[in-house]
Amino acid sequence: MAEAETQKKQVKPILPFLQLPEDPDEKPYLAGSKCKSCGATYLGARMACSKCFSTEPMEDVKLSDKGELHVFTIVHQSAPGIPTPYVAAIVDLPEGVSVRCNIEGVEPDPKNLQFGMPVEMYTEKVHTDSDGNDIIAFKFRPAK
Amino acid sequence: MRGVAMVGAGMIKFGRYPEKAVHELAAQAALLAMQDAGVTMRDIELLASGNLYQASAMIGQRILKEIGQTGIPVINVANACATGSTAFREAYTAVASGAYDVAMCVGSEQMGKMGLLGGGGASSGGISPEGIVGSGLMPAVFGQAGVEHMRNHGTTAEQFAKIAVKNHKHSMHNPYSQYQVEMSLEDVMNARTVAWPNTLYMCCPTGDGAAAAILMSMDKAKQFTTEPIKVLTSTLTSDPYTERDLTMPDVNTLTKNASKLAYEDAGVGAEDLDLVELHDCFATAEMLHYENLGLCGEGEAGKLIDAKETYVGGRIPVNASGGLLSKGHPLGATGVANIIEIYWHIKGQAGNRQVEGAKTGLAHVIGLGSACTIHILQK
Repeated sequence: MAEAETQKKQVKPILPFLQLPEDPDEKPYLAGSKCKSCGATYLGARMACSKCFSTEPMEDVKLSDKGELHVFTIVHQSAPGIPTPYVAAIVDLPEGVSVRCNIEGVEPDPKNLQFGMPVEMYTEKVHTDSDGNDIIAFKFRPAK
Repeated sequence: MRGVAMVGAGMIKFGRYPEKAVHELAAQAALLAMQDAGVTMRDIELLASGNLYQASAMIGQRILKEIGQTGIPVINVANACATGSTAFREAYTAVASGAYDVAMCVGSEQMGKMGLLGGGGASSGGISPEGIVGSGLMPAVFGQAGVEHMRNHGTTAEQFAKIAVKNHKHSMHNPYSQYQVEMSLEDVMNARTVAWPNTLYMCCPTGDGAAAAILMSMDKAKQFTTEPIKVLTSTLTSDPYTERDLTMPDVNTLTKNASKLAYEDAGVGAEDLDLVELHDCFATAEMLHYENLGLCGEGEAGKLIDAKETYVGGRIPVNASGGLLSKGHPLGATGVANIIEIYWHIKGQAGNRQVEGAKTGLAHVIGLGSACTIHILQK
């Protein structure tokens, strides 16, 4: 009986551009789209290019799981229910895409964060929804 | 487009009015503005009402139900923190186009204590990504924008704090300000951090407020006043494509674009300004806008505050009102209030915070998402 329930349980990404391949050998990744006309690359899917206005369908790209810390802040006060302090950051990926994310694996103190420091993405379960599904989020941490 | 004059202003002290409905606050400001201009509802041909949190509640029409249902066209405007200044612009363009001779704009908001930390809505997974996948809330956005200035120009947390010290000092002379508390650099820097580098006193308080203005064609204005204040430009931009904007709101480029357009349209430059009211929702924001508005060169904003040049009495006073940091930031009211502050200084009606001899001033507002307005007023 317990097994049947486990089978029904799904794994869902917290945001639609986080791809969670079913093949366990394939790592989760962030999906992007690239304009075939000007090369501008976006996080997730887009209807048209914001930079050159091309409406030609975009090319799907698998974004790198390694990037550089662009900027950050240490959030000490947030909306009710959100644990603080934490590092809220903007990470630049080599494809020319920026990602909003948390930086984990360091104490949330400005002295532990350097502009341009290499970071890597990982995923973890952050929530179980009311149907029992696992909600998976991506986070970044200093690259090993 | 023809010339437009501002001939009346009214606002209530920003603060908390839990016993009032927001349209009552707005109606109070509207009555004050009409009284100041020497007009009645019979003279008003169009009303533009700015309100964000109750954008679907027809606040403009509710105002008229309090002060006079003349059946005129009413436009209800929502444009994030630029809601009030966009309503001002609706009234401006209505007159500038020649379609109307007299228009009123009223900005109002009732935020209570919820403030800018609300929202963050749930995603498809039934859980909000806020705080798990970075932060889209304003304190983090403007913290990061300040940190980017640190990265690019070596700006320090102390320099950002100095801006808050200045604005809180200015507020001591503004009876309309929600808070009037002078603070030392230590007070500001030792306060608890909200989102680094902004501490509590480097973040605008939330609250309620209303502000209203009467605009007229130049010809019409001369029937009501010998001293019409010219609105030299009413400029509105949105955020253009820039590399990180979709992830990290770029508050700089649309302000730079707006200031370029506004200076061209007004035929004045930053060097001609006697004072500036700019959108200091956070102390970090004010630093960025010194450069975005051309008050100093790129990367020189830190030196500008170090030299106290943006104090009243300095080379280019900024936020003589106390700024949003002290005055408060009731979203829909803010944009109109910033313009009124410039108006009062040009009229010589700014009391103890008066910038002596002010003839030309600029009011800047930015709403995240993004919208930027710049209005330049001149005697």
